[in-house]
Amino acid sequence: MNFLEQALSFIFTAANWVGPAGLGARIAEHLQYTFIAVVFSVLIAVPIGMLIGHTGRGTFLVVTGVNALRALPTLGVLLLGVLLWGLGLVPPTVALMLLGIPPLLAGTYSGIANVDRAVVDAARSMGMTEARIMLRVETPNALPLILGGLRTATLQIIATATVAAYASLGGLGRYLIDGIKMRQFHIALVGALMVTALALILDAAMAFAVWASMPGSGRLRKFGRMPQPLLDDEIALESGSVGASQRGSRSTSRSSLKARHERGDPSPTVEG
Amino acid sequence: MTYLLNNLDTAWALTVIHLRLSLIPVVLGLLIAVPIGALVQRTTALRRLTTVTASIVFTIPSLALFVVLPLIIPTRILDEANVIVALTLYTTALLVRAVPEALDAVPEPVRDAATAIGYRPLTRMLKVDLPLAIPVLVASLRVVAVTNISMVSVGSVIGIGGLGTWFTEGYQSNKSDQIVAGIIAIFVLAIVIDTLIMLAGKAMTPWARAQRTLEAA
Repeated sequence: MNFLEQALSFIFTAANWVGPAGLGARIAEHLQYTFIAVVFSVLIAVPIGMLIGHTGRGTFLVVTGVNALRALPTLGVLLLGVLLWGLGLVPPTVALMLLGIPPLLAGTYSGIANVDRAVVDAARSMGMTEARIMLRVETPNALPLILGGLRTATLQIIATATVAAYASLGGLGRYLIDGIKMRQFHIALVGALMVTALALILDAAMAFAVWASMPGSGRLRKFGRMPQPLLDDEIALESGSVGASQRGSRSTSRSSLKARHERGDPSPTVEG
Repeated sequence: MTYLLNNLDTAWALTVIHLRLSLIPVVLGLLIAVPIGALVQRTTALRRLTTVTASIVFTIPSLALFVVLPLIIPTRILDEANVIVALTLYTTALLVRAVPEALDAVPEPVRDAATAIGYRPLTRMLKVDLPLAIPVLVASLRVVAVTNISMVSVGSVIGIGGLGTWFTEGYQSNKSDQIVAGIIAIFVLAIVIDTLIMLAGKAMTPWARAQRTLEAA
């Protein structure tokens, strides 16, 4: 328990929080690596997952891709990246994306693919284009699973961003790795405790987001903007008769809505 | 690639360590998680408690746990036992959530039918519920096994053995072919273990195969 006391007194000493190598700066670096890796993982995994989930084509690709990416060792890719591209943000980002893409891809794919077919068919029969169905009908319904994937991805990335320190980069891993290298285990413990705290806080925030995104619960409405109300607004605007009954305004606006979005949107399918 | 072929002996020795460190926890975790998961499945309060505890344990970063664990249990920081205990904790945390979910996937009429023909709760669990839960359980087991293999390789930055040592050695001596060899070895290892678990799951659920051929026909 002696190490723990030393570590805690290190954390609760204000002088250790400031400066370019202080706890504050290390946390900022750690969050920076995490954030960049998560953003790029989302940019790659979510569109692919949505397209495959929507069309049902390439399901095999998801399963194989997810397994293969999971099997690639993060540390190996990171260190190889440093040897090939030198130090910088590219190697850790690429290495951490290997952890972020599989859960996001799996979550997005299964979220979109598991939307009730009756709901999708209803949207289609109302004249929504495929792209619109994907964005306005399937995505809100799949949101809990997509955010669940995002939660797992963030958790994995923030936990593993510690390895960036091994490649002479910053982040909370510095404490962990330097502490072990210098046999000062209380320093290593500082890193371990801070990473754990960071992971727990972010995870709790994401758990809340998943809870709030449950479709039909109206939990997100309290925060204002949501896809569904936006859609209603557009229908009301395009039909021009706000006072008309819901059913009436929908049927009158359907043709104009369809034409507008057939023109405006790119290809609604993935065949192109 | 040539590095791998030239060092097959070392590769094999490291693979054995790697497998020991990553798969013993899978077995231990399964042995702990299945009874707990089966017990809490029907009690909402206990199940929620288990899920929350498991999520918190799972949130602790693995590298951090390798360092923190020696403070709680009497192991040394770079001890193999330390790694095995840490990974067993993760495996249990993940499986203890997966087992009740897998049991949920057992159709209610099947359960009722088993009770109706006279199965006692324990025998029903062992002979009806658990076998039917295998497909969902196998899916989680595959994730756990592959994750553990990857976690052990990350552990090499704090001096844990296994194929990950090729990364740290290769990085320190600036040999990218050694790192590539390590990546290939771990990748192949993970894929092989993943496939083996999948095949074992298929072998244990012959009825699923029969159903598929029936549907195809």
